[in-house]
Amino acid sequence: MDALIAEFPRFFAGFLGTLRICLFAGVGALILGTFMATFRVSPVPPLRWLGLAWVTIFRNSPLAVVLFLFAFGLPQVGVIFPSFQNNAFFWPGVASLVCYTAAFVCEAVRSGINSVAPGQAEAARAVGLTFTQTLSAVVLPQAIRTVVPPLGSVMIAMIKNSAIVGAFGVTGELFSVDSGNTALGYSALSSLTGVAIAYLVITIPAGLLLGVIERKIEVKR
Amino acid sequence: MSSVLYDAPGPRARRNSMIGTVVAGAVLLGLAVLVVVQLGNNGQLDGAKWGPIYNPGNPYFVATWLRLLTGLLVTLETAAITLVLALAIGTLLVILRITSSRAFRWIVVTIVEGLRGLPVIVTIFFAARVLPEFGVSMPPLWYVVVGLTAYNCVIIAEIIRSGINALPRGQAEAAYAVGMSRLQVLRLILLPQAFRLMLPALISQLVVIVKDTSLGFVVFGYSDFVREANTVIQFFGGQLKINFPLQMFLTVALVFILINYGLGKLAEYINRRGSRGPKRPAGTTADTAVLVEAGVHGTAATGGGTGAA
Repeated sequence: MDALIAEFPRFFAGFLGTLRICLFAGVGALILGTFMATFRVSPVPPLRWLGLAWVTIFRNSPLAVVLFLFAFGLPQVGVIFPSFQNNAFFWPGVASLVCYTAAFVCEAVRSGINSVAPGQAEAARAVGLTFTQTLSAVVLPQAIRTVVPPLGSVMIAMIKNSAIVGAFGVTGELFSVDSGNTALGYSALSSLTGVAIAYLVITIPAGLLLGVIERKIEVKR
Repeated sequence: MSSVLYDAPGPRARRNSMIGTVVAGAVLLGLAVLVVVQLGNNGQLDGAKWGPIYNPGNPYFVATWLRLLTGLLVTLETAAITLVLALAIGTLLVILRITSSRAFRWIVVTIVEGLRGLPVIVTIFFAARVLPEFGVSMPPLWYVVVGLTAYNCVIIAEIIRSGINALPRGQAEAAYAVGMSRLQVLRLILLPQAFRLMLPALISQLVVIVKDTSLGFVVFGYSDFVREANTVIQFFGGQLKINFPLQMFLTVALVFILINYGLGKLAEYINRRGSRGPKRPAGTTADTAVLVEAGVHGTAATGGGTGAA
């Protein structure tokens, strides 16, 4: 476990790097995913198709392939991402995480909206609530309860997926700490154990927190 | 489109949505044209770049696809072996977790929770880098299989467990009442029903496994579909001065999408067929598939189960 102690600052820096990637990607994916979900339930067919296409494409392709496409394919058509702190793969990495995760966010949000019993909105309209009132006072409060647990799972999955971005060559991220350690001559066991622990430090508390929130907001039927 | 959110549209709503359709259609069409123009301006519509992949008359077509299909076979082989191993170990974990005494159970729970919280790429890398340090040497494919199995067996264990939790309690109670042992109840009554119930979720997990084989790129010497695609790109770029990463990766993505879309449809079909049956407990929904693909975390996977129990 020599690498763990001696290289703690590097692990910690990688930890922060991972959090930074996840922060950017998480916010982006939530926004984009919510838009896609609105598209998927909208009364306008072309938007529905767009939402469906997005989900089908990004949910079924491996993140690694999306990443390859963004990093090597897009520059071919003149889409060149700026480098972030001398790191050319940072923004392609974040962008692919956003697009990939947005598909899962979309499905979580959509299934939440659909899980609200139609009678709820019908009753709201029957007593004369407007569309906005129906949505804000009846449908959304119920939808959010069912959306939060799967959305939390999606976010935790995204944190884990961010390791792929690191494996790809975004240095200063948790997974990339390992290659640096190996170059310094530490054993793979000690170095990778450190990386694994650092991920667990994020994912296990996040999972527990999610469980608590889930129980708090659970709909008692 | 009937939805929770609005009534059947009247004349004004129909007109509005018609206007929306035209506007959105025009915008999307404009974007599509922009993409094509951008592709053309950068010379990406050049036949030389698409030919080796899509034109059977191209001299490199056969060689390219032979190479790609070899890789695809490795990908499918990896996924198949992983699925079988993960199913076996996952079932074993469930049995251990349910039948073992409380003093012993926390070990299983720790293993499950620990492995579930790790990125798959870390478990694959662990297998590929740490096992050789202990003198275990295997063909590259097996490192990927070991890494993928380590992660997926606990996910599958959780899927099966939530399936068991979703079964009506009377099933187990009746079995105990006629004098079966805990292991018998599991083997004869609970597991067969849980498998049937969770088949759609298990297929969704297979989709995840197929996708995750692509993470084998961290294992030296593992030549799956994605790696072979990279090799072909490098060969064409180096030898023939044809640069086609965009075209190639789009093709790779397309193949994955076709395979996984098919598997997803299969899961949906089984789910629909299953929900027609009389014995399906309420509360397990098709949305388990969404949760599973997201990597099942927290107690989300058991949400359907606890609701029904």
